[in-house]
Amino acid sequence: MNAASRIFRARQAMGRTVRGPALVAHDGFSARYDLDRMAGIFSRPAHKLAGQSYVGRILVLDTAKGGVATAWMLHEMQSRGIVPLALVFNSVNPILAQGAALGDVPMLAGFDEDITAAIPNGAQVEVNPQASSISIVA
Amino acid sequence: MIPAPPWIDWDELTGMKLNDEEQDILAGKSGVLPQQALAHQKSVGEFFGAADFVPVTQAHIMADTESLGEAGVLWLERLAATAEGQRQVRIPTITDPRGTDFAKAASLGQTQAMLDLERRAIEAFVRLGVTMTDTCINYQTVQAPISYEHVAFGDTGVVIYSNSVCGARSNFEGGPSALAAGLTGRTPRYGFHLPELRRATLHFRVEFTPASLNEWGALGGVIGRLAGNYWAVPAIEGIEGVPKSDQLKHFGAAMASFGSTALFHIIGITPEARRLSDVAATGLPGHRVTRADVDALQKSYLVDDGVDVVVFSAPQLSLYELRDLAALCEGRRFAVPLLAVTSPQVKPDCDRMGYTARIEDAGGSVLAGMCFYQSYAREIAEAKGWNRLATNSAKLVNILGGYGYRPMLASMEACVDAAVSGRLA
Repeated sequence: MNAASRIFRARQAMGRTVRGPALVAHDGFSARYDLDRMAGIFSRPAHKLAGQSYVGRILVLDTAKGGVATAWMLHEMQSRGIVPLALVFNSVNPILAQGAALGDVPMLAGFDEDITAAIPNGAQVEVNPQASSISIVA
Repeated sequence: MIPAPPWIDWDELTGMKLNDEEQDILAGKSGVLPQQALAHQKSVGEFFGAADFVPVTQAHIMADTESLGEAGVLWLERLAATAEGQRQVRIPTITDPRGTDFAKAASLGQTQAMLDLERRAIEAFVRLGVTMTDTCINYQTVQAPISYEHVAFGDTGVVIYSNSVCGARSNFEGGPSALAAGLTGRTPRYGFHLPELRRATLHFRVEFTPASLNEWGALGGVIGRLAGNYWAVPAIEGIEGVPKSDQLKHFGAAMASFGSTALFHIIGITPEARRLSDVAATGLPGHRVTRADVDALQKSYLVDDGVDVVVFSAPQLSLYELRDLAALCEGRRFAVPLLAVTSPQVKPDCDRMGYTARIEDAGGSVLAGMCFYQSYAREIAEAKGWNRLATNSAKLVNILGGYGYRPMLASMEACVDAAVSGRLA
């Protein structure tokens, strides 16, 4: 199947429709553990996206990791505009959902396949929480 | 691949059922703050397929200002500007560590702007009726929850200990959601509030029973990494003897940190698992954990033998840990800074028993009401020139890599020796 035409359905969805480049890795996510939130990059050396900017990207990752701070940090990151455009995960924990709700960051979770293997890194994607979907547009 | 939360029949989802009181709250009849709080809780609850709300008896808010930033503090101040009598929490609601110990802020290189932001956050919380306990060991120092008690706790270490060791019921509640629970007296019933989600999903055969706190933390880290996500519940067999509270504190805090894990069962020890069959079906996926696994996790952090600073924190130290540390400091003289961080409840006893004097006479510093990684750790590193950090906390080494440190995990004894010599043997 042509990857550019594929639509993937999520079981859990929240927020607005957005379109942008995907930043993809089969790794976890914690705003406190993994990010330099001032510079807008992944800073934990062992993270698969270490050194890469997440600003304006649709993050496609495996699962939520670590502590509760992300619940505040997405809101703070949104206030400065140094924030991912959306979060698309195989699985999330309550902290990410609480943080996305407060920080107004669109989010999808729960797919029938490994979403980090399905979305090519750098692809242009559309996240549509009303339709509970992510689609590759280019 | 990690499955979605397994308790939801997404095709049958009909939205949360609200009782009369909750409908009144959502209609604004209890004021604007409970209304906003319940709306936030409802959106999170519906995301996770919650059927209804469950009353909670206590809330615990993680809200250091490094996490909140100016935006979070302004958000709190807007809530706190609500009229008197319409803004107070309705259940005991306490706080996780602050971003500083005001008495020692200068020695950490923290700026006036950081302290001003902390003061504003504290003032807002007090206006909301929140009790500023500033502790991540409330289960040791304030009031441990009891079995079957539904609570809304923040700080992953607090949640995993309360769920696993106390038998209480809590999800990870981030600061905004824990405050919402304080304002409404309830939380969405999903995740670990549901009996079926508390059953084990993985079996661990442990062939090594740790002795030191760093080993307990490392074992928790190994299991957390293997568990891998919030919805995994490890059932653990093979632990010899009965662990102490501080040992399970480090074990759970590290498991939660490495794995985002919120509940474990140690068969024959923790209250829900007198027998494996109490919590686990037969044929669960299994792992074997050996001493080599624990040693490998610890050695993976030992990248240097030089040490710039020694930190005991994450979680805050109990009186017993401080007693042990004070004994190790007796007659020593530190060449590099040594910080020991505890709760405001423990610190007066630490002073009274002479532990603080023994640690500080050796050149160390006892701080209270903060936790190292929640206190602008990146800015502290830059201000103080600290990079190579020795600690006995597996949780702390897991966190601080992202903050620009080279954290190293060793025993309390080896860390104190490193404070004397500047080298980690």
